[in-house]
Amino acid sequence: MTINEKQDELIEDFELFDDQLDKTQYIIDLGKKLKPIADEYKSDENLIRGCQSRVWLHTEMRGDSVHFEADSEPTAQISKGLVSLLIKILSGEKPEDVANANLYFIDKIGMSSIITSRRAGGLASMIARMKEFAQSQVEKIS
Amino acid sequence: MIDIQKIRRDFPILDEVVNGKPLVYFDNAATTQKPLPVLEALANYYGHYNANIHRGIHFLAEKATSAFEASRTKIQEFLNAARVEEIIFTYGTTDGINLVTQSYGRTFLKEGDEIIISTMEHHSNIVPWQMLCEEKGCVLRVIPINDAGELLMDEYEKMLSEKTKFVSVVHVSNALGTINPVKEIIQKAHAVGAKVLIDGAQATSHIDIDVQALDCDFYVFSLHKLYGPTGMGVLYGKRDVLNAMPPYRGGGEMIKEVTFEKTIYNDLPYKFEAGTPNIADVVAAKTAVEYVEMLGKQNVANYEHELLVYGTEALQSIEGLKIIGTAKEKVSVLSFVMEGIHPQDIGVILDQQGIAVRTGHHCTQPLMKRLGIVGTSRASFAVYNTKEEIDKLVVGLHRVKKMLN
Repeated sequence: MTINEKQDELIEDFELFDDQLDKTQYIIDLGKKLKPIADEYKSDENLIRGCQSRVWLHTEMRGDSVHFEADSEPTAQISKGLVSLLIKILSGEKPEDVANANLYFIDKIGMSSIITSRRAGGLASMIARMKEFAQSQVEKIS
Repeated sequence: MIDIQKIRRDFPILDEVVNGKPLVYFDNAATTQKPLPVLEALANYYGHYNANIHRGIHFLAEKATSAFEASRTKIQEFLNAARVEEIIFTYGTTDGINLVTQSYGRTFLKEGDEIIISTMEHHSNIVPWQMLCEEKGCVLRVIPINDAGELLMDEYEKMLSEKTKFVSVVHVSNALGTINPVKEIIQKAHAVGAKVLIDGAQATSHIDIDVQALDCDFYVFSLHKLYGPTGMGVLYGKRDVLNAMPPYRGGGEMIKEVTFEKTIYNDLPYKFEAGTPNIADVVAAKTAVEYVEMLGKQNVANYEHELLVYGTEALQSIEGLKIIGTAKEKVSVLSFVMEGIHPQDIGVILDQQGIAVRTGHHCTQPLMKRLGIVGTSRASFAVYNTKEEIDKLVVGLHRVKKMLN
């Protein structure tokens, strides 16, 4: 599935819910399924600035695709859920696709309205970090 | 007696619907909502007599100047200051503290002098003093607290010496609601010859303030936490202290005569009010104070205390919830943590139920560190809040638990 196909699927999933609280519950539940990352990746280097809660992002190349793993501090379950959405959409894709991805699902699933600007700031930093890594890989290849 | 339904009608914003639910506004320690008379005062000023003040000779300038100065007199009465020129208009509490550190601090404090603050200060009463210490080589000392969030007054007394030149403490803690024994703090500081600033940002809407009875050298607060406009605050200072201080900002208004060789500064209070002030908001500040006076400070305090007692009991009934800040003397602020739940998640899920609280460190990171937590969720009540709204908060928090456990 392409990044956009994955986004469209996610948007469809969220269309099942009318209520913000149900959407949030869904995000929380997705977060619970997120594979925890190794402690060694919870480093200062991997810490995303701008979140009220602490979130770590580990990036690596596997073959010709970029892979992301992330985690939040255990109590920050909404953050963890949001992070899991980004991983679902972007991890395992080609660097150029990640670097150029238009993440329209954020608006479409009403995520911008359920997250405060402060949290969105954190999420934006995370997206920026993912794209930056992907871009660096594109440059390496070319 | 408080007629709560009548008061609520004065605050049109309380009828807003948020995320499909009626708004429950419990973020009053951050800023209070504004009653209709304040909104009308702002519209009336801009609609009928907007003009720059003090030097104009035309009708509008005269009217605007009178309203601006009438506000100063009203604030003088509100604080029971001895003289009207002791009331300096600022842009807020932070601005007032910076005026004192930059003008008084840079002029009168020197290397080795000690400045005392407390563990529960807002960053705005920490950072300006740190900047001063860095520049002048002063030493910052911090009064510790107990686990309930009360100052350890014995420790404070031990800190005081002839080296102590300034004490700057918060009247009411924004994060915990603790009311500090500021009168005693001031007396003890004066006994060693130190000057005292009281940060009244969280106090003025809850407590009667009498700067002469307190005998503080400076008292600072913001109007937006007192049902007034944002971007407007007050620095009270004793006349002799203010007179001894140099101006902080240069510009128009604050001068008597300017030549390229020498400028003669204006008298108090204008010496500290360079540039066109925030006229509209100053004018509306008078209306805000009159609104609180109309309700009656004691009536407000009694009612808010009732909400505090009710809210404390209600929140304590929630398993896994712990109230942070259990001082004997408190205003209507309830900070809390919930076992295994991040404060931010509490804030997001409550918001989705139309309930506005504040989450995080409340600009008191050293306090949070002392308490061993990253932050709290804080519900702070104002005169227009109700017990029914507190019930909604309890229901909302049960929902939070259900969703996250």
